Amino acid sequence: MHAFGYYDPTSVAKATGIAADKADGKYLAGGQSLLAAMKLSLAEPSDLIDLGRVAELRGIKADAAAITIGAMTRHSEVAASPEVGSRIPALAMLAGMIGDLQVRNRGTLGGSLANDDPASDYPAAALGLGATISTEKRQIAADDFFKGLFETALAPGELIVSVTFPVPKKAAYVKFRNPASRFAIVGVFAAQTAKGPRVAVTGAGARGVFRVKAMEEALARDWSPKALDGLTVAQSEMQSDLHASAEYRAHLVSVLARRAVAAA
Amino acid sequence: MTDTTTREKPAAAPERAAKPTGPIGSRVERKEDARFLTGAGQYTDDVTLPHQAYASFVRSTHAHARLKAVRTDAARRAPGVLAVYTGADVPATVGGLPCGWLITGTDGKPMKEPKHPILAQGKVRYVGDPVAIVVADTPVQAKEAADLVEVDYEELPSVVDVRDATRKGAPAVHDEAPDNVCYVWALGDKAAVDAAFAKAAHVTTLEFVNNRLIPNAIEPRACNASYSRADDSYTLYVANQNPHVERLLMTAFVLGLPEHKVRVIAPDVGGGFGSKIYLYAEETVCVWASKLVGRPIKWTAERSESFLADAHGRDHVTKAELALDKDGHFLALRVKTSAAMGAYLSTFASCIPTILYATLLAGQYTTPAIHCEVTAVFTNTAPVDAYRGAGRPEATYVVERLVATAAREMKLAQDEIRRRNFIRKFPYATPVALTYDTGDYEACLDGAMKLADAAGFPKRREEAAKRGKLRGLGYSSYIEACGLAPSNVAGALGARAGLFEAGEVRVHPTGKVTVFTGSHSHGQGHETTFAQVVAGRLGISVDDVDVVHGDTGRIPFGMGTYGSRSIAVGGTAIMKAVDKIVAKGRKIAAHLMEVSDADVEFRDGKFTVKGTDKNVPFAQVALTAYVPHNYPLDKLEPGLDETAFYDPTNFTYPAGTHICEVEVDPETGETKIVSFSACDDFGNVINPMIVEGQVHGGVAQGIGQALLEGCVYDRESGQLLTGSYMDYAMPRAADLPSFKVDTRVTPCTHNPLGVKGCGEAGAIGAPAAVINAICEAIGVKDVEMPATSERVWRAARSAKSGR
Repeated sequence: MHAFGYYDPTSVAKATGIAADKADGKYLAGGQSLLAAMKLSLAEPSDLIDLGRVAELRGIKADAAAITIGAMTRHSEVAASPEVGSRIPALAMLAGMIGDLQVRNRGTLGGSLANDDPASDYPAAALGLGATISTEKRQIAADDFFKGLFETALAPGELIVSVTFPVPKKAAYVKFRNPASRFAIVGVFAAQTAKGPRVAVTGAGARGVFRVKAMEEALARDWSPKALDGLTVAQSEMQSDLHASAEYRAHLVSVLARRAVAAA
Repeated sequence: MTDTTTREKPAAAPERAAKPTGPIGSRVERKEDARFLTGAGQYTDDVTLPHQAYASFVRSTHAHARLKAVRTDAARRAPGVLAVYTGADVPATVGGLPCGWLITGTDGKPMKEPKHPILAQGKVRYVGDPVAIVVADTPVQAKEAADLVEVDYEELPSVVDVRDATRKGAPAVHDEAPDNVCYVWALGDKAAVDAAFAKAAHVTTLEFVNNRLIPNAIEPRACNASYSRADDSYTLYVANQNPHVERLLMTAFVLGLPEHKVRVIAPDVGGGFGSKIYLYAEETVCVWASKLVGRPIKWTAERSESFLADAHGRDHVTKAELALDKDGHFLALRVKTSAAMGAYLSTFASCIPTILYATLLAGQYTTPAIHCEVTAVFTNTAPVDAYRGAGRPEATYVVERLVATAAREMKLAQDEIRRRNFIRKFPYATPVALTYDTGDYEACLDGAMKLADAAGFPKRREEAAKRGKLRGLGYSSYIEACGLAPSNVAGALGARAGLFEAGEVRVHPTGKVTVFTGSHSHGQGHETTFAQVVAGRLGISVDDVDVVHGDTGRIPFGMGTYGSRSIAVGGTAIMKAVDKIVAKGRKIAAHLMEVSDADVEFRDGKFTVKGTDKNVPFAQVALTAYVPHNYPLDKLEPGLDETAFYDPTNFTYPAGTHICEVEVDPETGETKIVSFSACDDFGNVINPMIVEGQVHGGVAQGIGQALLEGCVYDRESGQLLTGSYMDYAMPRAADLPSFKVDTRVTPCTHNPLGVKGCGEAGAIGAPAAVINAICEAIGVKDVEMPATSERVWRAARSAKSGR
């Protein structure tokens, strides 16, 4: 790790102001990816802008149609939240499956989405529920937010403030863990939403989190695991690495999608 | 976490030890735990010396390259930098890191021993090979300056897989071994084996890989080396399992320093598993540089460095064949193994796939003819050496995979094929050079089957099938040779060191005792177990015995801790010193009671005149030895402090049966360990709690090898792909069930404690049990380790399409 400047602003305005000033400043949310990358010198920001003291970035608010979660809310807080647990249990369960206890006590929703690790869990929930990501200047639909591996629609210095998850009729997340990292080798989030079924897949895609339209259409006709029989994703679109081949990932997408629909 | 059962068997069979009356056999809580659990342990990185500087190593980023230039100017000019040294700065008088075991090949020639320089000279041979050391005022300065060392590499083709390395035209890791072969070695009667195969009713053949493992001790390697101008001496703190061996190798073979001018201290050490036996380049460079820099030099490996540059384990490719008669009796075993050595020969690398492997291939069975040929191969990887079990897990894997497969092929029950072939008469001379002194293999098999409820398995399998899951029960009846080792035998086999142990027992004037042992403790609980042994024999409290280890300045000598040798060899050395204490005490007591020595016996902490209740307590004898007012000074020296060296007359042979039950989800390949049962015979048990802990840890590592852990180098580039916990899967508590463990006891016949050792058993027995269970569950002959979900899924799919 190399030397860097450190700031701990108390408001979104101050935080974005500092970011605008710095050549290569980075927001520090939970630090579960960024700090590890810095220790390996894979990331060398000039300055860290710690969001830990920005109160307006925290908290969980529920209304009839949606739950809005502050960007700095920890995974463990989402997992334990009675509002989330009762309205969108799949989201609480997903948060409780991220990493390990230490990661969940530090890691944040906003940090996870902004990082957009192709094997992380929250992007599947955001895309699977049709969430809206709010920044200090605009609202971005999840469908427009994820742009590939570690790439999002966020402009340089733009900060996620909160994420609004519409409450689905039913939903479930089924995750097949990488035994080393506990990231998803494949994770499938299936939801029956007010606007129809959505199936989002993380971990598997060669270009990051994605929706499976054919499965959504089949589920729109018949919300049942059986409706997905024979539906597969193209191996050529899947990630292949040390931990799983594209063929295996494609197979798991079908298996886990059926299990998610059954569990929802 | 432990279920124990009492067994119902005739009295002639081995039994659990009787309820202990003294400390020996009791579940004494570990004396060392209070300091570990409250953060009061003193690890090498906790040692802070005045004016210490910090080292950072520049490591090769290539698997194989010629060093065209190493430019250090910018690094030398960086803030806080005290010195930068490269291989070119190391004088010619400094030797290479030695290998402690000479293997002579089937061609009668010694193994190839290319020089292992302490900093790379001319070429680098694996990713992580140290190229330069940077010493600076702070760790950050050292690290930042290390980034400024410019190395011009001329990349050379590399080879990381033993199969690739022995192909014609493969890149040569060393010019001295153009075919990458370090040695070809063989053991056993080839003609007898060939003849037995010719008349066999059935032959079972398996080809498999024993996967390369990265040790991952929780404490990374570390050292703090200093030089004193005052008396021209060096002190090295180092995370190490055998400080005397470290000192001997470093002074006599590498740096040419006078041995008595170097003190090596291995303080609290956070796990070794073999990886801290060896003399490594880093601490050697730090000792050498400490005099040049004139300040203590501290180095603590980062976890990434541990992955790259700790000696790895296993990495065999094997073809094995078992010949059987029509009734399932084993006739012969034929094994051909290629074993990776890595880029250089680590301290004991050469003896692991030979002396500690081929000699164990008889297992628990009467197989009359065995032949094993081993080709040791250089590869552009980190060196490979002993890792928990060291050769014996590989041997058990060969034997027990073959036995399980043969049983399935011949439609024999797993226990039945074993019972038909068990050795039942002892001593038993195997066809592969060992003589087992004692054992009762059927008792452990029965014990394990009871723990595992083998009888209830068909029902559980049926119930799982209803849920779409596949269950399998896998057996592994392992044996190990521990208590290393009779020095004369080891010497005849090529060992360049003795394998005895030393112990000193110092009785203080008040009767309190300090034990100095050459057996280092880095998780094994010696401070408790050894205290129990001494307290039990002397009839004093365990609290009145302290155990000191890990310091060449305080311990007479020591060969260290590995090969499950501590209690069998180190413990016996201590017992021999205690015997001398008792013998001297008898003389003192006889003088005090005015009787002849022969009339005094020592029992329950008292020297008693035989047949009377006249006695002198131990503490009074101790005081008399140091306050010799009434003392036979004409016949006896004052003081009560005795040293003993012990060289064992045979190996010890712990053995047992492990049974693993798995449940496989055929749709995803996910494998769950439903239960794991281990019934082991470690001879007499000093502390059952510590023994169970050792079994638990070993089994966890064995399951890790079978299901999760696999070191992977890129076959093209030679880069380490599993260089962090993101990609190298260590077993976690949630991956494991609560283990069921039990013991049976046949006391070792050739040491006074009747002990055999227990540290490696779990890692030796478990892998074959797990893989046999998976093969049984999904109906296949083999699944490669680690049996990842994808591998199991593919195997299950192929089995289904084949049915």
